[in-house]
Amino acid sequence: MELLARRKLTNQIALGMSMAAMAFGLFWLAWILVTVIQLGIDGLSLSLFTEMTPPPGAETGGLANAIVGSLILVGLGTLVGTPIGIMAGIYLAEYGRFTLLGRVTRFVNDLLLSAPSIVIGLFVYAVIVATTGKFSAWSGAVALALLVLPIVVRTTENMLMLVPGSLREAAFALGAPKHVVIRKVTLRAARSGVVTGVLLAVARIAGETAPLLFTALSNQFWSVDLNEPMANLPVTIFKFAMSPFEDWQRLAWAGVLLITLGVLGLNIIARVMFRAEKLH
Amino acid sequence: MNSRPLDTAPPVRKPVNQMGSRIFGGLSMLFALLALILLAGIIVALTIESMPSLKAFGPAFLFSTEWNPPAEQFGALIPIYGTLVTSIIALVIAVPVSFGIALFLTELSPLWLRRPLGTAVELLAAVPSIVFGMWGLLIFAPIFAEYIQPLLRATLGQLPFIGQLFSGPSLGIGLLCAGVILAVMIIPYIASVMRDVFEVTPAMLKESAYGLGCTTWEVMWRVVLPYTKNGVVGGIMLGLGRALGETMAVTFVIGNTNFLSTASLFAPGNSITSALANEFAEAERGLHTASLMELGLILFVITLIVLVLSKLLLLRLSANEGR
Repeated sequence: MELLARRKLTNQIALGMSMAAMAFGLFWLAWILVTVIQLGIDGLSLSLFTEMTPPPGAETGGLANAIVGSLILVGLGTLVGTPIGIMAGIYLAEYGRFTLLGRVTRFVNDLLLSAPSIVIGLFVYAVIVATTGKFSAWSGAVALALLVLPIVVRTTENMLMLVPGSLREAAFALGAPKHVVIRKVTLRAARSGVVTGVLLAVARIAGETAPLLFTALSNQFWSVDLNEPMANLPVTIFKFAMSPFEDWQRLAWAGVLLITLGVLGLNIIARVMFRAEKLH
Repeated sequence: MNSRPLDTAPPVRKPVNQMGSRIFGGLSMLFALLALILLAGIIVALTIESMPSLKAFGPAFLFSTEWNPPAEQFGALIPIYGTLVTSIIALVIAVPVSFGIALFLTELSPLWLRRPLGTAVELLAAVPSIVFGMWGLLIFAPIFAEYIQPLLRATLGQLPFIGQLFSGPSLGIGLLCAGVILAVMIIPYIASVMRDVFEVTPAMLKESAYGLGCTTWEVMWRVVLPYTKNGVVGGIMLGLGRALGETMAVTFVIGNTNFLSTASLFAPGNSITSALANEFAEAERGLHTASLMELGLILFVITLIVLVLSKLLLLRLSANEGR
């Protein structure tokens, strides 16, 4: 009987710890969200979207150039990375599913998926910035595209794999060539999953700072020239948050709030969309 | 229905035109090859860029603690130490917590709570690292210095040997603080891999154990964990890979100093990623840049090894799944 009591006790302790662990995990999410919202709301105003990043000590100022810069960089990165990623995902699922090249590519893609983003920044620096001799927005966009790539490849492949083989066979039986089957049948069936992947990729790069530090750098001024350094939210937040100036820090909190809401919003939209499609 | 007269010949069957398919297939293969080219390109580019430093310091680069840009003397030991120590701290905290979360999500949680809680954990993974960094520096570090560090010094700090790790002034920022924040960042990764692999355990195995009278904990510890151990280790390695390469969260709170004179985890330090983030854009072209590139190369090689091991372990688990 003593053994039984001990086993029960062990079980209860373990389960209690498990619940504590769950609470621990949620606690951080809640804490971070609450502080970010509390402190971010202070800096939130119309001027945030209309005024440029100020010099330290200025009474006014916003993040307009950083917000627009971020939108441009993320947009370009997604535009470049997505089609390439979808094509590579198609290869992995439809052409090279069982080939050696397919297997190796799948493996390498998974490595790139988790590779440190700062190394991607170094790579783009070495290949583009060092060669052209200057920091530029488009080198930042390339770095972001390289981060989008493995995410889109992974989700496209997974989603195409879920399409039942009978759909493909039915299309082939009608005499459709393979590329038509892929474009008009399998890709269409997997559409919502692929879009989910793209949304998640956008969410991922929207907050990426490290790869932009050595590529797009940052810019105090308004610039939409792709050949010049471009302001962007993450690097601006980094600079402002590390500074001792209170008004800069307030802007940084507002920026952090924007990024957090954007990224979490995209994640939730992606999830809801994917779930809605799966219910059909 | 059929308007065609019966006596004409059936239409000639045209073979399916495969040209378009070949072009499309070739194109898709080309883009797939990009992944391989990218991996090779990263290694080659970083090696070429770090050549001056590789030549100047050789293997001694790994063991020297001196990092002195004006004197052009560079050694990687302090950043490497910082990267490894913060990642180990992160694992020590994150592994048990993630296991607890995965256990809760697979065995304890009521069904209706499973999805929202799982989503919440995954959202924690989606929070950008710069948010963790800024929050860590301005909110967490002061609280850490005021309450948690004195507590640690009074308890763990009194033990022989490991007491040294928890000594010194409470600065807030430092190796320990960076480790704790890294732990919070990698918990969702490890927990979701663990949850996924726990779910592949055949229900029959678990039910047999329950049928024999095992408690939930015994089923978990003696049946599910042994069955999924490859996957669990794979998930931990995945988290380690994340921790090693994490940049912004660490840069904000590690303290960014290249001097280290104590074994204490309270001390500020530097990691490979924080050194890169702080110095690279302003580094002089030449030996300084090359040394930073070499740091990047070292980081990439370490994370690649960890990630390859992680992938192999996870693949082994899914290969066993059919049995």
